[in-house]
Amino acid sequence: MLCRASGILHRSACAVRLIEACALMVAVLCAVIGHDASAQEPRKGGILRMTAPYGTTLTSLDIHTTPRAQDGIVAKAIHRTLYRWDSAANSPVLELAKDVTVSNGGLVHTFKLRDDAYFHNGRKMTADDIIWSYTRIMDGSKGFPGARYIRLIKGAVDVEKGQAKEISGLKKIDDFTLEITITDKVQPGFYLIDDTTTILARENVESGAILTAPVGLGPFKFAEHIPGSRLVAERWEKFYKPGLPYLDKVVIQIMGEAAARDVAFRSKEVDISILGPAQYVAYREDPSLKNGLIDVAEFFTRSMGMNPSFKPFQDKRVRLAINHAIDADVIIKRLIKEKAFRASSWLPIGLDGYDPALKPYAFDPEQAKKLLAEAGYPNGFEFEWTTSQNESWGLPVVEAVIPMLAKVGITAKPKLVEAAVLTETILKGDFQAYIWSNSSGPDPLKALKGFHSATPRTAGNYVGFKNADYDKLVEQAAATDDAANRTQLLKQANALFYAEAPIWFFNYNKAVMAYQPWVHGLQKNAMELTHQYTEYLWVEATSPAK
Amino acid sequence: MLRLILKRVVNMVPTIAGVALVVFVLFSVIPGSFISSLMDDGRGGMDPAVVERMRRELGLDDPVAVRIVRYLGQLVVGDLGTSFRTREPVTRLIGQRLGASLELTFAAMGFAMLVGIPLGFYAALRPGSLIDTAAMIAAVSGLSLPKFWLGLMLMYLFAEYLHWLPSFGYGGWEHLILPALALGVSPMALLARTTRASVLEVINADFVRTARSKGMSETRVVTWHVARNALLLVLTTVGLQFGALMGQAVVVEKLFSWPGLGGLLVDSVVQRDIPAVQGGILVIVLFFLVINMLVDIAYVVIDPRIRAG
Repeated sequence: MLCRASGILHRSACAVRLIEACALMVAVLCAVIGHDASAQEPRKGGILRMTAPYGTTLTSLDIHTTPRAQDGIVAKAIHRTLYRWDSAANSPVLELAKDVTVSNGGLVHTFKLRDDAYFHNGRKMTADDIIWSYTRIMDGSKGFPGARYIRLIKGAVDVEKGQAKEISGLKKIDDFTLEITITDKVQPGFYLIDDTTTILARENVESGAILTAPVGLGPFKFAEHIPGSRLVAERWEKFYKPGLPYLDKVVIQIMGEAAARDVAFRSKEVDISILGPAQYVAYREDPSLKNGLIDVAEFFTRSMGMNPSFKPFQDKRVRLAINHAIDADVIIKRLIKEKAFRASSWLPIGLDGYDPALKPYAFDPEQAKKLLAEAGYPNGFEFEWTTSQNESWGLPVVEAVIPMLAKVGITAKPKLVEAAVLTETILKGDFQAYIWSNSSGPDPLKALKGFHSATPRTAGNYVGFKNADYDKLVEQAAATDDAANRTQLLKQANALFYAEAPIWFFNYNKAVMAYQPWVHGLQKNAMELTHQYTEYLWVEATSPAK
Repeated sequence: MLRLILKRVVNMVPTIAGVALVVFVLFSVIPGSFISSLMDDGRGGMDPAVVERMRRELGLDDPVAVRIVRYLGQLVVGDLGTSFRTREPVTRLIGQRLGASLELTFAAMGFAMLVGIPLGFYAALRPGSLIDTAAMIAAVSGLSLPKFWLGLMLMYLFAEYLHWLPSFGYGGWEHLILPALALGVSPMALLARTTRASVLEVINADFVRTARSKGMSETRVVTWHVARNALLLVLTTVGLQFGALMGQAVVVEKLFSWPGLGGLLVDSVVQRDIPAVQGGILVIVLFFLVINMLVDIAYVVIDPRIRAG
């Protein structure tokens, strides 16, 4: 308008200005778009401050000695196993090998190992390192938790028993070719992925240095450990994945206190933090935090185990009555604050064999009363329920369930014990009922084998489940070479276990992690959300960590 | 003086042996073990063969009597055993943590003494005044505040709201302030109350009246006669609080991710790492005994009557 009023001379000047203004706008637009694009482009450098939330210390820096989730957080930064978990595909994939060929009916696996994997002391990894690590785990004079996985390899048991010095199923073809013969037709990736089967440098272990300065094959090399406070690892320049890791440094802050983690996260002193139910509600409702949440249905099933040696629980109708008497949805909504998914069988969501067609037992107190009466307990009965303090599946849940059971005439008397005592009580079978959270993946076959009648209580059959039909289905699933048939058999076994109801099916854990807006590359690891493969993580330049 | 120190040191031996024995027996009979604790996060059971080997390796299968004798034998030569969890010598674990624990304890006690004693003294010199009332209200409040809650409030205020200090961690002096405050408020309050009571008792004593009647200046009366005599009770409180602080620091250390003995003890108890628990408790007891010995020595230095007695 102003231009029109100003004459021809002015008109040309205005046109120039208009062009300039347009050019400026285009430039600004390009800059904004360019900025957005660069924000999504992984950035090299920076520090990530993670939290190790499961206690006030790490158990040990010798990862072969500890199966705890807390130590796995460190392991994912410093160490590597033969396989790793691919969160996108929800399955194990090769990590320290480039290729594998399977022969002899699925029992012989020939791995073409990476020839570019270097330990943090500069030495190249070879087949000897894998053989040595697995042989160490099977040392019969020591108690390495990973033995339960390595036992899959032919001849491992002989070493364990002291009848052999070498595992016969491990054959070095050359420095970078390893033949592994296994005893069962299973996917070895489900076994050789556990942190307790990590490949270690022999010299680091034998010198004892592993306890204070571990050497691994991971993307970050150990730099500092202040016990009870933090562990720092720095980028390993010779890491075998080109261009990775992005970060310069990973700081793992050991923070066992949820309230302290909350303050630290809100004051931007940590970049990622796992949340409990109470925090989940607060973070979901906070506009500044709600967009920085990642969640995943972890392979953990929470349940009340019923001991068949306790007479009322021997009757399937009683067990079904308990499943009908408890309103699990209300507990998940009101108490757990929706930080869980309702369980509809043992196998959790996302696992091969999980059947979405199976529906959770309906909350139906009348049906529960009817079943109890049919079982000969019209007036109910009393049982002792062993529990820990855990906020997501311990005493608070038991206290919420007690009045529901009381309405159908069942009196549950809680027995509060420490976490370690709960484990011991369950392993000894010294309970009438317990409530616990158990790993139910990633291998559906292994998860269901846990309830095979031949599986001892200490190895997973906590409720002493015995069912010949179930055993047969699991055995058939283990024997078949046909993947589709195996899935079908697993579904049937899972459904049978559900129908027999040896447990109260409560929920699958919904793990939730809060992250700062400058953090990228987080993986929805259903095995354990805190276990992040750190090489894929990166931070924007806006991160305050220096 | 040397005789007194020697006597005190000799007296410590049965105390330490008694504590070691009690802790050992307690942890041998309570349910739960290190092995069961390894499975308490529900990540899967362990096969019986591994459990059996672990029990053998850690010596948990041996009779309690055998283990006690072995443990006491090790203790005599200063060997606190090997941690079940980390597989490191317990002395090394304690060595890694002791410095941070002492740092926190001394900082907390320093704060308590620097604030509590002058506050109590000042309140006693002006009984019934506004300052006296305010100081005593603050002291009672300080004594009643749970350390965990106080620590959280300090975190919210100074880290999250004001962004003045880090909320957790270990490093420079700025990391020390909040945990030291959280730990030091309770002894500060106790010291303020004790000092006030002690000074009030002395200030009305005959020898103070005599000193005043001799024409001695008020400053000299207070510093020479009142303070010196009141200090004995204050010193006793300081000694007891100092010794107890290291044990009380457990909550604060856990909250602030402070790498002291408290955190080591908490996880060691939870995971039934018996050698680490025993070692940690022994060090705390030893600290308590040494501090109290130093207080006894200080009595002698301050009060000639005790020296003569």
